[in-house]
Amino acid sequence: MSQTTKGARVPVMQSRLGCARGLGSARSGTAHWWQQRLTAVALVPLTLWFVYVVLHLAGLPRAGVAHWAARPLHAALLLALVIATFHHTQLGLQVVIEDYVHGKAARLVSLLLVKGAAVVLGLAAAVSVLKLAFAG
Amino acid sequence: MKDVRDAPMVGRTTDGRLVQRPLSPHLQIYRPQITSVLSILHRATGVCLAVGTVLLTWWLVAAATSDSAYAAVSGFLRSWLGLLLLFGWTAALWYHFSNGIRHLAWDAGHGFALPQVYASGRVVLIAAAVLTVLTWIVGAVLL
Repeated sequence: MSQTTKGARVPVMQSRLGCARGLGSARSGTAHWWQQRLTAVALVPLTLWFVYVVLHLAGLPRAGVAHWAARPLHAALLLALVIATFHHTQLGLQVVIEDYVHGKAARLVSLLLVKGAAVVLGLAAAVSVLKLAFAG
Repeated sequence: MKDVRDAPMVGRTTDGRLVQRPLSPHLQIYRPQITSVLSILHRATGVCLAVGTVLLTWWLVAAATSDSAYAAVSGFLRSWLGLLLLFGWTAALWYHFSNGIRHLAWDAGHGFALPQVYASGRVVLIAAAVLTVLTWIVGAVLL
């Protein structure tokens, strides 16, 4: 839908609903809340599985762990666990920082550090899972 | 008063002096209750688990790197500090897991009556303790 703002005649290629959706006072709609819950639901079975895996693999040498992680289903579930865990973690830490860190600069810096660390750690974990899956 | 938003925090004493009132609930005078304590514990355990993701990453990276790297992470986890951290993380994980399910039930609109909130809170504490002890008993039997 094309609209024209009063006077300036600038075409706006977005409906009024599109402007409002996800752009309230917090500049983010329900996306954050929803993703936090979605990852939480995914992590319920994944956490149970992961604790079982840790107990199953405890005490094994590296070769035993690599052999176990080379099975496609195991690698897939490990990847799902890593992605859900790091996404859920950075969403949660974001809320904690927004609640307790008040200075504008301090808040921005801590958010960037936490999100950056989550991306780097998550990628390192994911690449390791893939290496175990493909190269043992 | 520097800002109009401070207005609710300004009051007068009986002799008419202007004083700054604390923001309520003020932690120093507000009695801890199962609701508030479990709520902040969910946050605290979440932050602990976030730190624990470093260990998860170390373990996976070491497994994908070399025998000596994996021996290093295994050695650390079997040291007294490693075991202590693992025990703490197990407890934090099971608490966050149990209370997280409680939160999901609330999100679905269940269990909001105060007696239910207290009861589910007690269930969460018992579940977290039982699951933590059970995990370590299974671990001790297997190793």
